[in-house]
Amino acid sequence: MQYDSKRFVERDRNWHPPAYAPGYKTSVARSPQQALVSMQRPTVSELSGPDFRQLRMGPHDNDLLLNFRQDQNQGLPQGERIIMFGRVVDQFGKPVPHTLVEMWQANAGGRYRHRNDSYLAPLDPSFGGVGRTLTDEQGWYRFRTIKPGPYPWPNDPNSWRPSHIHVSVMGPSISTRLITQMYFEGDPLIPLCPIVHTLKDPEAVETMIGRLDMARSKPMDCLAYRFDLVVRGELQTYFENQ
Amino acid sequence: MNQPNSRPTSELMLRETASQTAGPYVHIGLALAAAGNPTRDEEIWNEMARPEVEGEHIEVVGTVIDGNGDLVRDAFIEAWQADSNGEYQPEFDLEKPFNSFGRTATTFDHGSEWSLTTVKPGPVAHASGQSQAPHINLAIFARGINIQLQTRLYFDDEAEANAACPVLSRIESPARRQTLIAKREEVDGKVRYRLDIRLQGEGETVFFDF
Repeated sequence: MQYDSKRFVERDRNWHPPAYAPGYKTSVARSPQQALVSMQRPTVSELSGPDFRQLRMGPHDNDLLLNFRQDQNQGLPQGERIIMFGRVVDQFGKPVPHTLVEMWQANAGGRYRHRNDSYLAPLDPSFGGVGRTLTDEQGWYRFRTIKPGPYPWPNDPNSWRPSHIHVSVMGPSISTRLITQMYFEGDPLIPLCPIVHTLKDPEAVETMIGRLDMARSKPMDCLAYRFDLVVRGELQTYFENQ
Repeated sequence: MNQPNSRPTSELMLRETASQTAGPYVHIGLALAAAGNPTRDEEIWNEMARPEVEGEHIEVVGTVIDGNGDLVRDAFIEAWQADSNGEYQPEFDLEKPFNSFGRTATTFDHGSEWSLTTVKPGPVAHASGQSQAPHINLAIFARGINIQLQTRLYFDDEAEANAACPVLSRIESPARRQTLIAKREEVDGKVRYRLDIRLQGEGETVFFDF
């Protein structure tokens, strides 16, 4: 592949959250003080990235209702059954096929299956909270899961995260690599959250909200939320070195 | 095209989905073993090179340190590097003896160090015609990091190549270039390079925008 003719649309770092966002306290000591060093001309090292089509996934890797059950006799997880689906496109609207989408989340009570989470809400013995899949030829992905609950965290004296699912997408290169969070349409905790508030532009917050989609929900079974992901657009450079 | 949660910046272009921190529990999603959870048949993890692959076998290790000088014990790191011939191998396949992509993490265990088992990358071509000194691209994600920090690891026994590297030379301050140079050490006959990543303050690591 000819990487030297490739370029990605510049990341708008005023649209993304800044490194230093003091309302989110942990960012205070974890944000660089020096300016980022810009690569005016990214190299093959930045313009290439992994292709996961040969990663052998399990049959339920994208189905969190089934992928933590040890055997058929174990019950299903507790909570609101949902389909989470969407399309990965680039900034020009071009679908991003065969790209890795990963997600992780708390259970219906807001408890993560992680040894450091000591919240008193109980673990669900049938729920792990991790999923992965590849987008199809047209850039579509889907997961089946439980809607996660909000949970408290030590930031302000009474901070609660809105219900959210962490979403990770690779895209065609390490330049397009993105980790974000999907929030749920209408959740009143969204405007109160210091992590959401790391974004200055309310329009940017809108890009992180999954929308209820009744058409894709399954009657008498589960609701559906649509969450499209947009990664940096890929350009060709025609007149490099001229 | 119906894009319910995306926003156009012009008639032509959609806005990128906004980044958010990976949070304190990133390991359950992207580093299952490090979270102490059961793993799947195939995981993307920190053994990038198996013993049979050609090249100099190395271990790359380090810590992540915050602006107070304290260890960051919940970082998640992704690595992207060329093989020993300076070629990227994009097809990730655990049946291959070498993969250009790897993941690692710091936790409350193992001295809160991250580590990668790999081969030393060869020099990589650059559009200018010069070659880039051997390096590994690293992306750091963690609670408190709102958008990943992108850096590069270089090797201290490649001084000549480092001095000529067009990317390293873009860093205006020569002192700051040193923050990207991993130190070679030999432990039990094995070659190990160490790079501590300082997120803020004295000795702050250089982070790139690209």
